Amino acid sequence: MKHTFSLLVENTFGAFDRVATLFSAKGFNLHSISIGETEIRDISRMTIVISGEAKVVEQAEKQLNRLVDTVKVVDLTKSQRVERELALISVNYKRRSLEEIKNICDVFRGKVVDINNKTITLEVTGPPAKMEAIVNVLSPFGIIEMARSGTVALKRGEQQKAPQKEYLHSN
Amino acid sequence: MKKTKKKLNGAQIFFECLKRENVEVIFGYPGGSTLKIYEELYDVDFLTHILPRHEQGATHMAEGYAKATGKVGVVLVTSGPGATNTVTGIANAYLDSSPIVVFTGQVPTHLIGNDAFQEADIVGITRPITKHNFQVRDIHDLAMTIRKAFYLARTGRPGPVLVDLPKDMIHSEIEFEFPEKIELRGYKPTYTGHHNQIKKAASIIQKAKRPVLYVGGGVIMSNGSDELRTLAKEYNLPVTMTLQGLGAFPADDKLSLGMLGMHGTYYANQAVMNSDVLISLGARFDDRVTGKVDTFATDAYKIHVDIDPASIDKNVLVDLPIVGDVRIILTELLNELKEKRDTKDWLDQINKWKQTYPLQYEKGDGILRTACVIERISEKTKGHAVVISDVGQHQMWCAQYYKFKNPRSHITSGGLGTMGFSLPAAIGASFGVKDRPIVSICGDGGFQMNIQELITAVAHKIPLKIFIINNSYLGMVRQWQELFHQGKYSFTDLDSDNPNFVKLAQALGIPAYSTDNPDEVDDLLDSAFAINDKPVLIEFKVEKEENVFPMVPSGASISDMIINKPKSKALKVA
Ligand SMILES: Cc1ncc(C[n+]2csc(CCOP(=O)(O)OP(=O)(O)O)c2C)c(N)n1
Ligand SMILES: [Mg+2]
Repeated sequence: MKHTFSLLVENTFGAFDRVATLFSAKGFNLHSISIGETEIRDISRMTIVISGEAKVVEQAEKQLNRLVDTVKVVDLTKSQRVERELALISVNYKRRSLEEIKNICDVFRGKVVDINNKTITLEVTGPPAKMEAIVNVLSPFGIIEMARSGTVALKRGEQQKAPQKEYLHSN
Repeated sequence: MKKTKKKLNGAQIFFECLKRENVEVIFGYPGGSTLKIYEELYDVDFLTHILPRHEQGATHMAEGYAKATGKVGVVLVTSGPGATNTVTGIANAYLDSSPIVVFTGQVPTHLIGNDAFQEADIVGITRPITKHNFQVRDIHDLAMTIRKAFYLARTGRPGPVLVDLPKDMIHSEIEFEFPEKIELRGYKPTYTGHHNQIKKAASIIQKAKRPVLYVGGGVIMSNGSDELRTLAKEYNLPVTMTLQGLGAFPADDKLSLGMLGMHGTYYANQAVMNSDVLISLGARFDDRVTGKVDTFATDAYKIHVDIDPASIDKNVLVDLPIVGDVRIILTELLNELKEKRDTKDWLDQINKWKQTYPLQYEKGDGILRTACVIERISEKTKGHAVVISDVGQHQMWCAQYYKFKNPRSHITSGGLGTMGFSLPAAIGASFGVKDRPIVSICGDGGFQMNIQELITAVAHKIPLKIFIINNSYLGMVRQWQELFHQGKYSFTDLDSDNPNFVKLAQALGIPAYSTDNPDEVDDLLDSAFAINDKPVLIEFKVEKEENVFPMVPSGASISDMIINKPKSKALKVA
């Protein structure tokens, strides 16, 4: 089963690499990983989609938590959430198929962002299932290139906030 | 503390920070990128600097020191090859959760990424084998980074931390202020266990009919041996220890079952497999302990006390996890336990197992065997020495036959199994422990892997006892070749190539002896233990093709032990 994790990580050199290294070192099955700024200056949010048996996913969560740079780890799979992905998809078109492709684009509420005499590039956003669907529908036309952002996600309703800074007193 | 403000360069800040961390010894090797630090070191008098003869030695020394004392071991090396030479030692410290801080020189920040002379991405290389690592990119962060490194290394589940120091960070100057507070939002180890979980554990232990305490290195690291002893003795609970747990409970106590697992005792494994409550304290259900996991202690209610939440349910699913510091949890558990339990029937059963297959070896035929050597060393030192074994057959015999009495007395490479660990680790331990003999026990193979550190031992007049168990083979591999690989001794026979260990030692000014006679062992040990101002070496030429038993074949259940040498040479691999 797929699990979506939301991580708040220190915006330090190496934090991203540390998470990526963990996945290769432990052999976890990684589907997508995305990282970007948050409302807090020195904290980034990573959204990670992984799959595996419950035991493996639980271990992955613990290992992510164990990293010194991760401030918070939430398995969003356990809660109501909004998940979105952005895809840029370039498709071959013939004069006959152009209308059909545009229609598909409309149905998926996408946008045409580029076109030349051979290919048309669509921009589509949506939850993971929708992305799979449009890729399926466009495949027969011949997808030339595709770039996907990976999933980004937030919990619905109350938002996770980065914790207030706390000071640890050493012993 | 009063705030001090003076202008210092990076090298001076480095030593100021080490002083505040009460560092008394560092193991270092100089080079181009750390020259400035060494310039400063020339006038530093609050610590001793030890020059190993290879940077791998430095890391093992730091770990030996850390394991023997509980303090943080410190390493300082140059960039590039100096840094990469520390990798094995860092990985070793990572797998055995040893607190060390490794400082590596680095090319100046403006050259990073240029394939500059002696540049290596040591931060990238060591990311998966450190608890955490840093590269200092701003001199203003230097003091805080060093502070964090020591804090991370020694707190929570201890481990190695690396700090990469680009050359310009060491040279530039700023106003120094020691950061008293550490800010680490993402790092908050749990020390006190969940109260209700501890209460529950107490009530389960109170009802147990066949309880076993399964004790790992965490008990020693948390300084919880006294609490463990109280728990075991007051409630009559038998104790078995992992390789890293040896010493947590006295081996000669009647409640001790010795080591469990692959080369553990028959009775320890039987007790664990037949237990109804298994209490794991600071141990991690390693595959060398559990054997085939799905058959491991299936009837037991499993309580798992560990400081690392990631250790819980990793290899074996447990019934009652308690995350926290073992000593603190044991103290609370002792408060919760009320009535004394009568476990006599169970202890009787265990005694029967002890009598069925005690640990034993052949004697009286004039042939020198490792078990005999270890037993003699154990008796001569009354179980009070700090024994640092290497990796291989002798390591297992050492674990079986040395009767450890105290914690921090058995230091060995467990998780990584690094041949060549013993000699440098023993040297490191000797800088932390002055009142007990330090004994390095090496195989003839592993001894050659960091043999250069003999020179370090001589240079510092370390009264180290170096005992080489020479079986002329890479014995542990040969054993597996004999038992599971059709007896094909492929590249494990060292006999004709081994150096003359005695002459080699003598060339370095080390008194050295050799024997293959069981009757000479005592006298030689006496003369070795009488030397207190320099290292001494004894080569014990032992039976060549002796095997370590009992043994659980890899992948088998720990109740399926091979007790003695099987009739047919090659066994099937399970
Ligand atoms: C660095 C390293 N290389 C290889 C091994 C694999 N290995 C494990 S035990 C062993 C044999 C060790 O031989 P020796 O030091 O003579 O000890 P003995 O087993 O004979 O007591 C080897 C090669 C290892 N553990 N570490
Ligand atoms: Mg050998």
